[in-house]
Amino acid sequence: MRISADRDRCIGAGMCVLTAADLFDQDEEEGLVRVLEEAPAADREQDAHRAARLCPSGALAVTDDA
Amino acid sequence: MTTAPLPELPGMPTARPSGRPFDPPEELAAVRPLARIPLAGGTPGWLVTGFAAARAVTSDPRFSTRSELQRLVLPRFGMPDRMPPAPPGMFLQADPPEHTRYRRLLTGRFTVRRMRMLTERVERTVAEHLDAMERAGGPADLVTAYAQPVPAMVICEILGVPAEDHARFNGAARTFNDPAATAEEMGRAWQELYAYLRDLVTAKRSAPTDDVLSELTDSDLTEEELVNVATLLLGAGLDTTANMIALGTFALLSHPDQLAVMRDDPEAVNGGVEELMRYLSIPHTGQRAALEDVELEGHVIKEGDTVALSLAAANRDPARFPDPDRLDLRRDAPGHLSFGHGVHQCLGQQLARVEMRAAFPALLRRFPDLRLAVPPEDVPLRERADIYGVERLPVTWGPEGAGR
Repeated sequence: MRISADRDRCIGAGMCVLTAADLFDQDEEEGLVRVLEEAPAADREQDAHRAARLCPSGALAVTDDA
Repeated sequence: MTTAPLPELPGMPTARPSGRPFDPPEELAAVRPLARIPLAGGTPGWLVTGFAAARAVTSDPRFSTRSELQRLVLPRFGMPDRMPPAPPGMFLQADPPEHTRYRRLLTGRFTVRRMRMLTERVERTVAEHLDAMERAGGPADLVTAYAQPVPAMVICEILGVPAEDHARFNGAARTFNDPAATAEEMGRAWQELYAYLRDLVTAKRSAPTDDVLSELTDSDLTEEELVNVATLLLGAGLDTTANMIALGTFALLSHPDQLAVMRDDPEAVNGGVEELMRYLSIPHTGQRAALEDVELEGHVIKEGDTVALSLAAANRDPARFPDPDRLDLRRDAPGHLSFGHGVHQCLGQQLARVEMRAAFPALLRRFPDLRLAVPPEDVPLRERADIYGVERLPVTWGPEGAGR
């Protein structure tokens, strides 16, 4: 599983941090998404997908390993 | 493309079912996910009541929030059928990239981490107002004693608005949200608030303090933009959380088993607040204008058409939330639409969460036997307001007949 974030699309709502604070953060200056764990452990898959689904601007993508 | 005719409603319903003040108007559930309704001036429009469709519309850049492209969904007395463009800085009614420019100036100030750092400060404000209620004794109007002043003090502090000026802007904020206000009253309230914030911004420019408005004087915003942004933030911070605290308390008092969960189980507070927001949907409507032809639920929304959104109905869609009309604080179902969805999703949502997570449990622990001081059917509702809620919530506590 890999997580990627499009900071141009991000609107800084914070839904990802709210959902999985170990995977995502917001930078201090602009409040835009920072991915903390680009390849998280398998047991974090559910929350990663949930964060992507909840993102209001569609800025997150979670892709499964081939 | 289906050609089956859609159901039609005579207008956006706002009347709550008798004796069920927390449920959306009954007509809405019968026309899920999409219906036709006439808008102001009789123009045909669309009504979205399904969760998936509401999410699709709010996250699609082919739908605009610009007011001059839309017909009013909830017509107000004395208001024109068509609205003028929003003034510069009112970025809720702006599309990207204009919207992005304004929002980006603010997102860093409202992050999850920054808002959580305010938790202790919010808890102190909450405790001070509970102390005052306890000293005065019941009965009390929870709206004026607690639900309004707590978020007002917090947003004022963040923006850098002196809390002692509260009287100067609270009247204006009330007028904006009063569905009975005339166009003249709205205009006057607007001018008063604008003049107040213009003076304040001028003062911040010459003597900056550590707050959002001072920081914005350092940006490339014009004076007019800055004052409008300030108006938007202040308005958004005052009436929204206040209505959630009051209506949420009314809902909990009407569901004693759920009240006990909020009061007694700290683990359930965060999810419980989300569930209250889903269940109550205080910003019950939204609207967009189609910038081009868009297919939705098998129908073509034509360029220029206005789409009304019933967020209240979408948040009760059984396809998304099983048994949607049940208030269940332990329901693990984030993703309600009460903060909106798409690029306009609430900027202050993390602040609202901090406020509600502090306000509900503290109130219920301070007054474990909190109860309505009037029959539930006598609580006055804000059915026609943009933000749903209660006008007053008379409550009391302590032994029967105590106090006065």
